[in-house]
Amino acid sequence: MKSAVIVFPGINRERDMMLALEQTTGVKPVAVWHGETELPKVDLVVVPGGFSYGDYLRCGAIAARSPIMSDVKAKALKGLKVLGVCNGFQIITEAGLLPGALVRNASLHFACREVKLRIENNSTWFTNRMAKGEVVSCPIAHGEGNYICDADTLARLEGENRVVFRYAEGTNPNGAMNDIAGIMNEAGNVIGMMPHPENMIEPIHGKQDCRPLFEGLLAA
Amino acid sequence: MKAKIKVTLKNGVLDPQGKAIEGALGHLGFAGVGQVRQGKYFEIELAESDRAKAEVQVKAMCEKLIANTVIENYAIELG
Repeated sequence: MKSAVIVFPGINRERDMMLALEQTTGVKPVAVWHGETELPKVDLVVVPGGFSYGDYLRCGAIAARSPIMSDVKAKALKGLKVLGVCNGFQIITEAGLLPGALVRNASLHFACREVKLRIENNSTWFTNRMAKGEVVSCPIAHGEGNYICDADTLARLEGENRVVFRYAEGTNPNGAMNDIAGIMNEAGNVIGMMPHPENMIEPIHGKQDCRPLFEGLLAA
Repeated sequence: MKAKIKVTLKNGVLDPQGKAIEGALGHLGFAGVGQVRQGKYFEIELAESDRAKAEVQVKAMCEKLIANTVIENYAIELG
């Protein structure tokens, strides 16, 4: 399972993501700078979290238009697996790979804590080691994770089982519609989520609840 | 030529910043303040001198980058 992690100016979670991928899949991911125009041959591309371009204009807006994203988009349309985490979710949504938008948390506060995440769809390449309905602990750290979309899109996401992760009842940290924490595209190869599963996989993290997500990559 | 662009949140999109401003105006004693919505304003200098061509160009800029049309509307003024 070869993977690449895209690095933009202002991104700060790429090392955690690369460590998580290496520890769970046994293969060191390739770091790809945003100015590159072509991805190496990989099975998975991860757009990590952080504050690309200082969140200028809108979170993820500038990074979504960087040179490497043209190739990520082109290959995603052909089926390449893409995972966007936190700012990465904002970036791939701004790039049009996922519907809707992520706006300011309803509370106006940056939320940095552990949440409970329910696995809504366990038949994806990232959740196949989880049980449907299973609730796991996962950290979050974002100021703009409030997922919104129009009513038709929301109905489609729900109807097509494309809500992959949901904040467990009563724990929605940002006001996201239907407690949505993560979604996938129509083809199922692109997944975006606000929480940081890469920070809950080894003993030093306190809990390892999200390790099976990464281990699931090997089965996919 | 200069393009002046206003980007505003679409109706129905929650604007927590606008709400906070609305609350602060109330605390300052301003009476009669209704809903507050916060937006963005851009000025872009253009080499293009033909108005129609400039409008096409700026519209494309708005669609591709300046606004996220999922949640925002934009209005262009050329001058």
